[in-house]
Amino acid sequence: MLGNLWLIPILCLAGAAANLALGMLRANKRLVSIVGVGSVGLATVTTFIALSEYLGQARDVIRETYFTWIAAGEFVVDASFQLDQLSAIMISFVTFVGFLIHVYSIGYMHGETDRGYARYFAYLNLFMFSMLVLVLGSNLPVLFIGWEGVGLCSYLLIGYYYEQEYCATAGKKAFIVNRIGDFGFLLAIFAAFAAFGTSEFLGLREAVAVDPGGVRAAATVIGLLLFVGAIGKSAQLPLYVWLPDAMAGPTPVSALIHAATMVTAGVYMVARTNFFYQASPAAMLTVAVVGGLTAVFAATIGLAQNDIKKVLAYSTVSQLGYMFLGAGVGAFIAAIFHVVTHAFFKACLFLGSGSVIHACGGEQDMRKMGGLRKHMPITYWTFVVATLAIAGIPLFAGFVSKDEILAKVFAAGAVDLNHFGSLYTLLWVLAVAGAFMTAFYMFRAVYMTFHGEFRGGHEAEHHLHESPPSMTLPLIILGALSVVGGILIGFPGQLFHRPELNRIEHFLHPVMAPLAAAHGEVANAGQAAHGVSLPTEWVLVITSVLVAVAGWMVARNFYVGDQAFAPARRLAERFPFVHKLLLNKYWVDELYDAVVVRPFFGLARFSWKVVDVVIIDTVFVNGSAFAVELTGDFLRFLQTGNVRNYALSVALGILVLAVVLW
Amino acid sequence: MTDIPIPHTWVLALSAALFAIGTLGVLLRRNGIAIFLSLELMLNSANLAFVAFAMTLAARPDGAEAALAGQLFVFFVIGVAAAEAAVGLALFIALHRLKGAIDVDRVNILRW
Amino acid sequence: MVPVVFALAAVVAVVFAIVTIAHSSPVINVLSLVVVFFAMAAIFALLGMDFLAAIQIIVYSGAILVLFLFVIMLLNIRSVERLGSGRRVQALLGTVVAVGIGAAALTAVSLLTPTSGAVYPGSLETGTVVPIGRALLTTHLFAFEFITLLLVAAIVGAVYLARRDP
Repeated sequence: MLGNLWLIPILCLAGAAANLALGMLRANKRLVSIVGVGSVGLATVTTFIALSEYLGQARDVIRETYFTWIAAGEFVVDASFQLDQLSAIMISFVTFVGFLIHVYSIGYMHGETDRGYARYFAYLNLFMFSMLVLVLGSNLPVLFIGWEGVGLCSYLLIGYYYEQEYCATAGKKAFIVNRIGDFGFLLAIFAAFAAFGTSEFLGLREAVAVDPGGVRAAATVIGLLLFVGAIGKSAQLPLYVWLPDAMAGPTPVSALIHAATMVTAGVYMVARTNFFYQASPAAMLTVAVVGGLTAVFAATIGLAQNDIKKVLAYSTVSQLGYMFLGAGVGAFIAAIFHVVTHAFFKACLFLGSGSVIHACGGEQDMRKMGGLRKHMPITYWTFVVATLAIAGIPLFAGFVSKDEILAKVFAAGAVDLNHFGSLYTLLWVLAVAGAFMTAFYMFRAVYMTFHGEFRGGHEAEHHLHESPPSMTLPLIILGALSVVGGILIGFPGQLFHRPELNRIEHFLHPVMAPLAAAHGEVANAGQAAHGVSLPTEWVLVITSVLVAVAGWMVARNFYVGDQAFAPARRLAERFPFVHKLLLNKYWVDELYDAVVVRPFFGLARFSWKVVDVVIIDTVFVNGSAFAVELTGDFLRFLQTGNVRNYALSVALGILVLAVVLW
Repeated sequence: MTDIPIPHTWVLALSAALFAIGTLGVLLRRNGIAIFLSLELMLNSANLAFVAFAMTLAARPDGAEAALAGQLFVFFVIGVAAAEAAVGLALFIALHRLKGAIDVDRVNILRW
Repeated sequence: MVPVVFALAAVVAVVFAIVTIAHSSPVINVLSLVVVFFAMAAIFALLGMDFLAAIQIIVYSGAILVLFLFVIMLLNIRSVERLGSGRRVQALLGTVVAVGIGAAALTAVSLLTPTSGAVYPGSLETGTVVPIGRALLTTHLFAFEFITLLLVAAIVGAVYLARRDP
């Protein structure tokens, strides 16, 4: 398969094209399912064949060039893919999780019309294609194509139920907010080419590695611009607002695009261009600060949400914040590790919530759920397992990766990384607080949804049922991965003097290798982690476990038993302002509406009513026509129609010319 | 007959005078035929200028060719004038049939 | 002797040119133009251009101006138009412009060196029929043939324009 990497995305593209055609022909769902799931399944198989071949050989970077895409003077861009350790990990989990969610979609979307069903699978396949192009691209422009492709598919799928206005609006919001980030990304591509004369990752890495200190200014600019793109795509402060609204799309879409894969593209991109950040302490600090603030900010909003998908959406924003926090201390491997485990447990959570919503007939409000445990045991247990994973209960997937990030952040503070040590320590405190909140709101969701008595009315209770196998099977697989996925690929061996057990760390090391330290400074927390002693690490682990358990217990205390909901209500009554603040998500949407949207509408209205109607239409267009008409009205008196006048004009012209040309 | 040369400026001056007179006629007369006659006068003043330059060039050692060219221009001008007169007079006949006169001030539909 | 003849011819040409444009009778106009052409033919002959002098009289006076006379008689024009009658602004401006053009041309002529182009009357080798005919049928054959084409086109056009009923 190596040498034919293009097959992997092309299979998905072919599936998309076939499903579009089938949609026009109004083919039945069985055929659409076979094409849609089959194409992704084939891509998954192809990916794993390629992966096994790749692991079998020397593990060099494999770069395949297919054709010259852009050739404009010195600016040459190849359409080329690159398979190295990083993209290998990305394509395998993207295709695998993508395949599971495609299977799940068969059951979840069966109630749609034939055309809608085909449209759904066409978009989903197209998304897989774009995502694979994104992670396989060997240079910034090809990555950008995938980047825009997943943005388009995200827009299309959020607005899948376009008959409802709020879905179409949410799609537009996602697209427009992402544009802001893409703007930064594009500028970063230009800046990278201007500074280093290439847009290939390998070439850029080499160029930066030669003299990391010397290119610090360029690396800072490029790194910050790239991070603007990542902020948009990965829903970080201040551009996170589109992701909660994106829950308007079908739930499998939320699982695939808005939790497991697309939103992590920003983390992938930062990890892919890690050499820029290694060369620039300022850019790295920015990434860490934005990530840490987002992690806590989104977690606080998650505390008070009642819509099950909104809870998961804010949880996703928060977890993405953790990933950036990791990247921001140079722990790019830990960030990618968290991307992978997060894909497992968050996809599991979203699919579980989809299963719940499916059973409740479209109801998403957790206050109208409860007691679902006995009606849908598979969904319950997988949801609980994934919750344990995200909350950071030891040995579950999320614990391993999140703890690694927290340890690296603490280490960065301890060794005074880039002289920003106290800031990093502060971020660590915030991140631990966020971990507490994560455990709380996730168990709150579990207890509100699955425990207690059903609160949705007798009629609805009658319809509660476990979901079909096509939905539960992916849940079981993802649930299993949420349990063992973390230990399997990234066991924290350093805690037991067995660092070789941390496979992902070793596997990814060549891609994320620290640049030669610039001017003797410690530029990478990869080395910084060694500055923390083993006992300290164990203390850190125990701290985070205690925090997670504390969050769990508080949620249990609040939402289980005879007194369920009462403590929470009391707390809300005691701090009404805080409660309202969180319930209304800090009024950020309203703030943006007032600060950005309304002035923009005002500007648009001004452009329309004043600039267009008055200045352009009236003054320029009609005014120039009027001026011409008026001039003509006067000038026409020169046209006497008398031949002799014309002859006189000619003679006068000759005389004037003769005098002038003298 | 003694050979006293004529300066070519004399011929050119005569040409200029005839041209001005012709222009005056074109601009001041209303009768189409008269305008046409003035035009012929202007054409002939141009002929005189050609001749003046031809004779100037002929005085040079290698000017025979140029002198010939000047005269041939006169010849061609006469040819063009003949063609012009034929068409122009036909036009006046048509105009007279249409308007009953050849006063060009009465031909004024060439306007808004 | 030669300058005297030239001056005489020039005076005749100018005087009759003025009559040509100023007299109200078209017939007088044409006939005075004939006189102007004769004066010009005299100048041509004086300068040794025999051929031009001949065709000036034969073609111009004999053919073209006679055509004018025929048309005047055909249309029976008895205009009593005074010079400059009608539009006064046109007359005033026309006079100014015409005089201006004449003044400009004369100024240009006055700037030339009078003696540089001295002529040796009556002895121009190229002024006779033989060299002109040879040049017409060799070097300038294309232009010569083209002028015949022009004349044919003019004749056809004239016939078309002047015929009685379309």
